[in-house]
Amino acid sequence: MEMDPKDIKERMKIPRQTMPEQDPGERVRNFYEVPMGYTPEQAIAEARRCIQCKKPLCVGGCPVNIDIPWFIRLVGEGKFIEAARKIKETNGLPAVCGRVCPQEDQCEKVCIVGKKGEPVSIGRLERFVADYEREHGEVAVPEIPRWTGKKVAVVGAGPAGLTVAGDLVKKGHKVTVFEALHVAGGVLMYGIPEFRLPKKIVQAEVEYLRRMGVEIVMNAVVGKLDTIDELLSTGYEAVFVGSGAGLPNFMNIPGENLAGVYSANEYLTRVNLMKAYMFPEYDTPIIRGRKIAVFGGGNTAMDSARTAMRLCPEEVSIVYRRSKDELPARKEEIHHGEQEGVKFQLLTNPKRFIGDEEGRLKAVECVKMELGAPDESGRRRPVEMPGSEFTLECDVAIVAIGNGANPLIPQTTPDIKVNKWGNITVDQDTGRTSKKGVFSGGDIVRGGATVILAMGDGRKAADSIHEYLTTGVW
Amino acid sequence: MFEITEKIELAHTVYQYKIKAPLIAKKRKAGQFVVLRLNEMGERIPLTIVDSDNNDGTITIIMQEVGKSTAMLGNMIPGDSILDVVGPLGKPTHIENFGIAVCVGGGIGTAPVYPIAKALKEAGNRVVSIIGARNKSLLILEKEMRAVSDDIHITTDDGSCGHHGFVTQVLQNLIDEGMKIGMVVGIGPVPMMRAVSNTTKPYAIPTFVSLNPIMVDGTGMCGACRVTVGGKTQFVCVDGPEFDGHQVDYGELILRNRSYLKEEKAAMEELTYHEGGKCYEKK
Repeated sequence: MEMDPKDIKERMKIPRQTMPEQDPGERVRNFYEVPMGYTPEQAIAEARRCIQCKKPLCVGGCPVNIDIPWFIRLVGEGKFIEAARKIKETNGLPAVCGRVCPQEDQCEKVCIVGKKGEPVSIGRLERFVADYEREHGEVAVPEIPRWTGKKVAVVGAGPAGLTVAGDLVKKGHKVTVFEALHVAGGVLMYGIPEFRLPKKIVQAEVEYLRRMGVEIVMNAVVGKLDTIDELLSTGYEAVFVGSGAGLPNFMNIPGENLAGVYSANEYLTRVNLMKAYMFPEYDTPIIRGRKIAVFGGGNTAMDSARTAMRLCPEEVSIVYRRSKDELPARKEEIHHGEQEGVKFQLLTNPKRFIGDEEGRLKAVECVKMELGAPDESGRRRPVEMPGSEFTLECDVAIVAIGNGANPLIPQTTPDIKVNKWGNITVDQDTGRTSKKGVFSGGDIVRGGATVILAMGDGRKAADSIHEYLTTGVW
Repeated sequence: MFEITEKIELAHTVYQYKIKAPLIAKKRKAGQFVVLRLNEMGERIPLTIVDSDNNDGTITIIMQEVGKSTAMLGNMIPGDSILDVVGPLGKPTHIENFGIAVCVGGGIGTAPVYPIAKALKEAGNRVVSIIGARNKSLLILEKEMRAVSDDIHITTDDGSCGHHGFVTQVLQNLIDEGMKIGMVVGIGPVPMMRAVSNTTKPYAIPTFVSLNPIMVDGTGMCGACRVTVGGKTQFVCVDGPEFDGHQVDYGELILRNRSYLKEEKAAMEELTYHEGGKCYEKK
């Protein structure tokens, strides 16, 4: 759609619409969502900021290539439901992506409006239309073609697996998803906190997939129940492995197994999945603590720290060995954390955890760091400052320094090749593993990435699974 | 939903349940466990699979009431259903013919010993069992253990049945008598497993213990169940539950298992009441 240059000029004048948020002082006392979403008026105003580029860069910046200008044009016209459907042609989980995608590094980073001012708030618009559609009870299920006669098994109901499932049912294949936990959603349920991604929204998206005909079996650990070989010999012609993040990494320092030291996975799982913040109504406990130290600087560390703030401690600190500029977390998350009172103990590295006579954590000994010469990642390597050791009081510690690979699938399917870290090796373009008929993607391949990259892997794998099922050529 | 088809009271607050879970029943091997969640508000409870039956598609578990969740499970009866049962988890026991295998069960630990003893017997071992409890009324699975053992020794702390004393004393006697023991498996309270391992260590008798740490997911994702074995951190749910008993840091495991004592006590006091020796949930 060609746009009049005068019109473009007008559009560039509209300010970027801010999204209302819960007040920081209020929200640290609850688990309700922090940003409250656009009103329809704000969404239309924001959509009008899009100049409908003839050669849009945003689409290429999106790992699942949503037709962004098209859906935004529909928003601008007030056709919210149509906009949601447009997104759903390529993205099965828009309400999730609109909230947790790092848009500032993807679609919004390359937005042409952003070259001269602030980019169009693509993520907020995505969130708005997905929420609008769900809240107005008009989530229509697309027409599903006749069954192709092919069955596909998906291991893990996280972002990668759910994307594969959604894409393949839309092509007429039967899909069964096997999930180890008692609910579907993977990291969307156990990892990302309620205040950033309400669990009922995840379940609504899962329900949408079910309505499209995806079968999801809970409490099913592939490898322990049926192995992949058994799935392949009992009617499934292809298998997608999206088993996700595995064993949490620890720092291997003394005292790490004291009571009160959690992996971020455990801390977040207890709070998000098992609802320990509502203990004792819910049975799963958590040590609430008075002073909490979080080790790491990524999004998971920020999620852990902000969750800890809501469990009413006196003090929550992020302990990170580099400086603020190197924090890998999203700027928005860091900003939200700061607003909520999270402290940043930067250029600091833990040396050992110190316990009391009952084996409970009471402090951590740290050392100050300074930035030296750049390392192979290009970031300046932190080095210890001798003699700068000090003790930080804490009775809960959360270690958020990433995950290793889960060994369950490779252990039980030895002919799937893994790299030296145990992550599954795949062909980049197709998601094919070394084993015929088996594809993989998401964190079990990447070792720790984002929801949208896992979904992008799922999209690619679904395309090549479809091709494999149609042609029979491996 | 997973239906309870049978309940047997083995001792005061100790119950054996059969649960309909045909897929798990078909796959499980000795030494593996399941994780149960009773209801929407429930926590995830790991329990060893004691036995299974492919004819009726059931698995057998044995549990003791120790906190709020297990007390609620202890109130369930045949016809009731458990919301979630996932498994079989953990690595199966390594079974081979060791010659003479000594199976030591302490208290409710006899429940996880039983399937291992049975598998060892089927693999051609001469199975010598030692099962102990605080007193006669807490002794479980005596008949079942007898059926899979070539020789069985009973101990009670108070002398109300069998040898008056601890399982380790009987084990020491067997060693002193010159029995050529190929392997020992010891399962029970952590101090008992430590004692069994300390008994066999001077003689370098291979000794396996099955650990019972706090768990959440049970599939390697959370790391709640980490223990130190041979100086290295291991996850019981995917690396275990069985480990070389001579290498385990039992002191650390005992302290980690006490992580939530305060919270568990609060939950019991706040949410339950006792009547006629039973624990019930306040409505």
